[in-house]
Amino acid sequence: MIYRENGQFKTSYGADQQIFPIAQDRWAVLAIIAFAFIGVPLLADEYMFRAILIPFLILSLAALGVNLLVGYCGQITLGAGAFMAIGAYAAYNFLIRIDGMPLLGALILGGLTSAAMGILFGIPSLRVRGLYLAVATLAAQFFWDWAFLRIKWFTNDSSSGSVSVSNLDFFGWTIDAPAEKYLFCLGMLVVFGLLAKNMTRASIGRQWMAIRDMDVAAEVIGIRPMWAKLSAFAVSSFFVGVAGAMWGFVHLGSWEPAAFSVDRSFQLLFMVIIGGLGSIVGSFFGAAFIVILPIFLNQMLPALGGLFGVSISTAAVSHAELIIFGVLIVFFLIVEPHGLARLWATSKEKLRLWPFPH
Amino acid sequence: MKIRSLALAVSMATIGLTSAVTSTAAFAQAKEQFFPVLVYRTGAYAANGNPWANGYVDYLKLVNAQGGINGVKLSFEECEFGYATDRGVECYERLKGKGATVFQPLSTGVTFALTDKAPVDKIPLITAGYGRSESQDGSVFMWNFPLLGTYWVAADVAIQHIGKQAGGLDKLKGKKIALVYHDSPFGKEPIPMLQERAKMHGFELMLLPVAHPGVEQKATWLQIRQNRPDNVLLWGWGVMNSTALKEAQATGYPREKMLGVWWAGAEPDVKDVAAGAKGYNALALQHSAEPKSKVVADVLAQVHGKGQGTGPKEEVGQVLYMRGLISAMLAVEGVRKAQERYGKGKVMTGEQVRWGLENMNLDQKTLDAMGFAGVMRPVQTSCLDHMGASWVRIQTWDGSKWVPGNDWYQADEKLLRGMVLNASRKYAEEKKITPRTPEQCKQ
Repeated sequence: MIYRENGQFKTSYGADQQIFPIAQDRWAVLAIIAFAFIGVPLLADEYMFRAILIPFLILSLAALGVNLLVGYCGQITLGAGAFMAIGAYAAYNFLIRIDGMPLLGALILGGLTSAAMGILFGIPSLRVRGLYLAVATLAAQFFWDWAFLRIKWFTNDSSSGSVSVSNLDFFGWTIDAPAEKYLFCLGMLVVFGLLAKNMTRASIGRQWMAIRDMDVAAEVIGIRPMWAKLSAFAVSSFFVGVAGAMWGFVHLGSWEPAAFSVDRSFQLLFMVIIGGLGSIVGSFFGAAFIVILPIFLNQMLPALGGLFGVSISTAAVSHAELIIFGVLIVFFLIVEPHGLARLWATSKEKLRLWPFPH
Repeated sequence: MKIRSLALAVSMATIGLTSAVTSTAAFAQAKEQFFPVLVYRTGAYAANGNPWANGYVDYLKLVNAQGGINGVKLSFEECEFGYATDRGVECYERLKGKGATVFQPLSTGVTFALTDKAPVDKIPLITAGYGRSESQDGSVFMWNFPLLGTYWVAADVAIQHIGKQAGGLDKLKGKKIALVYHDSPFGKEPIPMLQERAKMHGFELMLLPVAHPGVEQKATWLQIRQNRPDNVLLWGWGVMNSTALKEAQATGYPREKMLGVWWAGAEPDVKDVAAGAKGYNALALQHSAEPKSKVVADVLAQVHGKGQGTGPKEEVGQVLYMRGLISAMLAVEGVRKAQERYGKGKVMTGEQVRWGLENMNLDQKTLDAMGFAGVMRPVQTSCLDHMGASWVRIQTWDGSKWVPGNDWYQADEKLLRGMVLNASRKYAEEKKITPRTPEQCKQ
């Protein structure tokens, strides 16, 4: 009833092609962004920021990057964790080795290094597809895991192999309070999200999707597979690299290669599969599902037990958390194999017809 | 179906948000000293994490049974993090919001992550027998307390012991010593000290990393079989230790020539191998298995006897149980010391507990009175020395139990001090910290 575009006439190409053609969508998104920038910093406490919101924002950015490659270009990758690590370590080295390197400069350079490595490790995609490509990208994961553990130069000869960054300074703004970190991550995410959305609507995104849907047909109509695939690897790795650098700099503060292990790669891939392949909003849903749900279960189960007067041991809660989390993944994949984003789209469709469905 | 599941998802998310918000706000009670307990009762390191957590919690219960700290009762809450650094940080944030005044993460990775947060949050960090070695220097690491020993102490004592067995440190020249280590900050910590010692005595150091969680060590032990090092130092944790011992057995490497760090010297590490591990030595962080000590008798009578014990009764007094118990005792004594200055019978803040930990002085009489006779030696901390003691024994597995040796070792003070100061000054420079002067220390 409320959610309906009756009476909204598009009188120009610009109006027809905007990201949210329906006015209600547009206002809702703007309201959400405004709330995230103004309302959340007023409401949330330190725990919310540090343990939930900041990891969620940064991993959303990483999932966005993975989605560009896997969801839009159809190239499966299991090396996302490695590209996060490259971004983090490259940014770290730029920051400490070059005097006066600004934070944003280090993050961007970290992303660019990651993009360059993405192109390098994307080369096999020109020859192999599907599962074989997944295995080839897994090689990137193991190689970089090894490199950051063994090559001391990357970690500035730190004896423990752990590196740390502090005193984040963004054009004179010292980012140290949790709310500031949150705003910084949110700002980055909004910029990169807009960038990703527009890229997928532009020529480059259409090329990726053509390659994903049928690469032979795409080649016939004049799309260069090499350019399309390698650009997808580069852009995706750039996003993931920046996210990795932010994960190290803003969220962890000090980290070791284990922070970007193969588990992280799987986690990111699951995020885009559960959230929705080839959907920008799906990346956010997926990240929320994977980041927030386990923590929520971990806190809810003892509280739920307390409600019924049962005290559950820490180990039992932890086991139950894994079981329920696994069951929910299977449940959502059965109910909606196209991910939470499709579920979201379906419900919007229903809402438009409500209260008079066919 | 789809709409229903969507509704389900939305309602769950709402509950999640509200519970997350309210749970942090609801805990604001005042009259209890809150002790956060970071544990890992699941995952690859659960076998070792469990007894430690049981000992920790049992001691807190014992203190409560004896009337608390000058009347202040202790409350505690466990948070499971599975030895994963990011979940450990999440637990820290969660329990910090509930009024935590001292943290003990039992993970070197988490310690590194929290070292930068502790000064901001004003919560001291006790890392009894682990953590950053250079954090012994309290003038730079104001909030870190690697009480009882660090990995540099362990590495130093390990070489002293090997030297003693060889008939003197000068006899180490030309020998080959292999370090089989967990490939994480924990395993890498001893390397600088071992390299320093290798330079001094002219032995060759072989570095053999083992990837997490350490169940795959065939290649490592193949190298040992080929190179036949004179001694093997085992720097493992969890399932890595028993795997290493099984591999040593399969390779035919003499267990007597193997020396584990104190995290590789507990019952879960050897009991699967039992007779196969006979003769294996490990460092003991002062205590070994202490089933006969008075404090264990107290726990059995006053906690387990009333049906309030944590974990199986048979494990009370085992090595890691004792480590957890002693860790809890150190935290409690820090609070007690702080109460002496800031008011007995009051709940202490993080800053006050920090002062208590920095000025802790547990002499033998006090320790004996608390039931730690024969378990521990005196601990005295100061601004410059946040470690307090560096006593180490060597214990041997006889096939069914750990037997502590009679010799007490101490780290070479001169060597250790130099390395600690070098590393801590470098850290201070990186982080732009001005080390506290002796005058500032007195405050």
